[in-house]
Amino acid sequence: MRRDHRSAILGVHWALILALVGLQVVVPPFHHTLLARIMVLAAYAIGYNLLLGYTGLMSLGHAMFFAAGMYGAGLPLFYLGVGAPQAFLLGIAASLLLSVVIGTLTLRTSGVSFLIVTMMFAQVFYLSTLYFNRITLGDQGFVLAGHLPPISLGALRVTLSDPVMRYNLALATFAVCLGISLWLVQSPIGRVLVAIRENEDRTQMLGYNTFAYKLLALTISAAIAGFSGSVYAVITSYVGASFAAILYSIYPLVWTLLGGSGTVLGPFVGTAVMTYTIETASRFTSSYLIVVGVILVALVMRFPAGIVGAFRRRWAPWLP
Amino acid sequence: MSAKRISRREALKAAGIVVGAGIAGLSPRPPVPSGLRQLVYAAPSGGTPLRIGFQVHRTGIGAVYGRWWERTAAAAATYINEKGGMAGRQVRLVGEDDGTDPARGAIAVEKLASEDKVDLIFGTLFSNVVIGSAPRAGELKIPYLVVSEGYHVASGKMNRYCFQPGITDVRAQLTAISSWIVNNLGRKITLIYPDYAFGYDHRDFWAKGATRLGATVQALIPIPPTETSFTKYFSRIPADTEVLYHVMVGPGVPTFVKELGEYFGSKRPQLFGFIDSLEGVDLASPGLDFLEGTHFWEAFPRYAGGYNTSFERTYRERIGVNASGASVRDPKDVSTYSHMFGVWETLFVIKQTIEQSGYKRPGPKDYRAFIETLERFQTFSEGIGHPQGPKKFVGKIHQAFGQQFISRVDGKKLKVVHKTKIEDSLYSPEADYTKQPL
Amino acid sequence: MTLEGRLVLALLEGTVTGCILALTALGLSMVFGVMRIVNVAHGEFFMLGAVSAWYVTSTTSSFGLALIAAPVFVAAVAVLVNWVILRPIRYEPQATIVATIGLLYIIQQVVLSIYGPYARTVAPPFYFRIDFPWFGYSGYKLAVAGLAAALLWAIWRVVSTTTLGLYMRATQQDQEMAQAFGVPVHRIFAVAFALGAALAGLAGALIIPIQPAHYLMGLDALLASFTVVIVGGLGSLGGTLAAAFLIGLSDGIVSVFFSPTLARIVSTALVALVLVVRSGGLFGTESA
Repeated sequence: MRRDHRSAILGVHWALILALVGLQVVVPPFHHTLLARIMVLAAYAIGYNLLLGYTGLMSLGHAMFFAAGMYGAGLPLFYLGVGAPQAFLLGIAASLLLSVVIGTLTLRTSGVSFLIVTMMFAQVFYLSTLYFNRITLGDQGFVLAGHLPPISLGALRVTLSDPVMRYNLALATFAVCLGISLWLVQSPIGRVLVAIRENEDRTQMLGYNTFAYKLLALTISAAIAGFSGSVYAVITSYVGASFAAILYSIYPLVWTLLGGSGTVLGPFVGTAVMTYTIETASRFTSSYLIVVGVILVALVMRFPAGIVGAFRRRWAPWLP
Repeated sequence: MSAKRISRREALKAAGIVVGAGIAGLSPRPPVPSGLRQLVYAAPSGGTPLRIGFQVHRTGIGAVYGRWWERTAAAAATYINEKGGMAGRQVRLVGEDDGTDPARGAIAVEKLASEDKVDLIFGTLFSNVVIGSAPRAGELKIPYLVVSEGYHVASGKMNRYCFQPGITDVRAQLTAISSWIVNNLGRKITLIYPDYAFGYDHRDFWAKGATRLGATVQALIPIPPTETSFTKYFSRIPADTEVLYHVMVGPGVPTFVKELGEYFGSKRPQLFGFIDSLEGVDLASPGLDFLEGTHFWEAFPRYAGGYNTSFERTYRERIGVNASGASVRDPKDVSTYSHMFGVWETLFVIKQTIEQSGYKRPGPKDYRAFIETLERFQTFSEGIGHPQGPKKFVGKIHQAFGQQFISRVDGKKLKVVHKTKIEDSLYSPEADYTKQPL
Repeated sequence: MTLEGRLVLALLEGTVTGCILALTALGLSMVFGVMRIVNVAHGEFFMLGAVSAWYVTSTTSSFGLALIAAPVFVAAVAVLVNWVILRPIRYEPQATIVATIGLLYIIQQVVLSIYGPYARTVAPPFYFRIDFPWFGYSGYKLAVAGLAAALLWAIWRVVSTTTLGLYMRATQQDQEMAQAFGVPVHRIFAVAFALGAALAGLAGALIIPIQPAHYLMGLDALLASFTVVIVGGLGSLGGTLAAAFLIGLSDGIVSVFFSPTLARIVSTALVALVLVVRSGGLFGTESA
């Protein structure tokens, strides 16, 4: 059945990318930057969803991977003056390394224990960024502006603080992560992950090393989170401990569940809807969190499977 | 999972919500200002109004300050408008909540600059939010005046669009009062401070300056920002410490003081606190009797009479603060008196700069005039625009310097016992913004 | 200060922390254990208890009245939430998480708008200072610990001897089987949710003479009580209690020897490692 819909699947996802490419020309400046942020954060949520929606593991500690990417890229940029591409690689490497360590420790647990353990390790990470504040500058953070040398693309030299450059960097990040996610969930690996989500014992009895697969899922998820973290640091020009705090572990959870866990497009939809709900509500009242809360409750009551999840159920069961 | 099937009508309704929100988000602001986000003062008259962006902590851990920030800003703008506005133009404040979060702060700056197209932005308080937001203001090339107390603006680490002309910074405060502390209270000091930015400013000052003053820092107790109970940390206070120096922020503050009292009882070291530990908290609160006889730094004496000038009295009255430093409408609503004056004074600095620079509208030429004019100021005279006292302004580091007060708790009130001169607080500038390109 | 002094201080602080934590965690244990849902707004019930207790005490000057009114109020809110939100989504785990996050925003903002951003305490109903050789300590704190312990014992009795307790334990062990045996599962859910919320609200109310009521205080309470429930092990009320004390004490003792932030790092890592090693929790009788 999947084969018949392959072009439709590709079509839908490409349509989103192209729409985002086109949007940058028409939207006003504020939304331009806002969309850039949304895309990077959606990439983070995509990474998160690989673990939650497809492998069935709910983590409450992903902020440590996001922040590892941020610091992994930001610290070398700030102190050593490396270029942006090297910084991204360092950020990804940092979160990969961290995830291997954390995964080895935490993947022995599952369910709510996994939730709590990941949360606690993330808390340790956050407190460590505060403890080593002479290097990380803790909660107050540090500014990257002025530390970002221009990138040479052939004959072109582009500075990363240019809004167009920023948007397209965010778009490229999002597109890459979306592509990885789409490929992974449709691949044999992805199917094993879904099998683990549905029934881990059975999958194990079929001969799969479920621990290895779970670790793989966690490391890919963390690498994507770290990548998005390093890009976020560069486009916002700020690195601070607040990104390692529990709130940044809760955000991808909400975005993913709202958009639809277990769908590739869900994380993006969830991130965009939540961000725009907050922005729109704060336009009208200073008590906008009430509006946001009400909308969140209403949306999840109407779409318990998430927005894209509900859409898929009704109209497009072939959507990955 | 068995959710009921979603009918087409419901799906369309939901799609409508989402799209509607998106459209509402994307459409340009209506020409007539409306909604609770804008604080409107007096009918416009004589030229188009000046739109001043106001980044404020309406939610999050800074919300206590945020509340008073808005009252002070509203009172200042009303007063200014009554007296004819700035350069004859009425002032409109455009408020934006940053949730006391650095990431949201940057978004607030973007919104104010790109969407609301304000003339300039002011108001941010918490150091981490300033540091997260200022780069954005620098990139968008819009003047950004903070009311923060942190040393970051003066340190040169922000950008040329960033100023702090309405409130003094921690380094200056400590430069002014540290010798009083050592000479009057004791030489062996234990520092208790919050384990982040603002706290580090305190720690670093004493690290560099203690020996010169003849004092020793015996112990450093940095407390995590979200801590709610402090007793367990008190055992780290050395038994022979002479001065317990405390500056705490956040909701744990009343607990901190209360637990300190329970722990020590009557045989306690001298205490020196920053009023930050008690902003928004009533001195007569249960459990604070322990503070009787101890000293606090204040930027602006909370209790009426501490700095008795006609300007201070008018200022206090216009904002609606009673003689004990609480709201006239609700005596339980205690103000952040030692900090919020910065908002008032900053608006008057803006007024002075706009009038002197000939600023007309947002744009590189007018902004250059604004910034260069502001950088050239050397003093701000005491007056209704500067009720806290006269100021010296150092253009190179974009920072104002002023007098500081030390008060003692006496009968559950604060009584001023010492006032420093502006010169006591000066330090040599470590940077020069005026050399940076715009 | 001498080592004994430090340890006594740590013991005292740990006990008080542990007791309050136990109350809140017990509430969560009920909700999570019986209903199998993660109520992200559980900490907000704790905060609501604190704030409503503050209101009652300030207006009536009776802290005792507040101790009764606060849990009742919070239970009422919980009943409403269960009716309006949780039942329609049929307690589906992931949807409940999102819905309760929305609820968290709503409750926090409502409290911010009405009560304000302030952190306020009340005078303890009685105050005396106990003088130890090394330091002074608040008598009220010890009284709170004692009261909490009494309440915990009372809950224990209810759960282990009454029919309601029996139904709750049955639902917790095997919902379908309990239903087959005629246990009115949905009504038990409603009771468990209300009771869990009431316990959290009571803990919040008890604490306001010690710590101020503040609209953001719920998040810490949520994380702490969740940790306790999981470390203690699901399905074991005794485990929850033991974990609460263990965590409270370890936090207190570690803080004596390390600087605050480092102490937090060490104690959090230790607890996490406990869970890694014994993933069912210390006394878990069933898998998570």
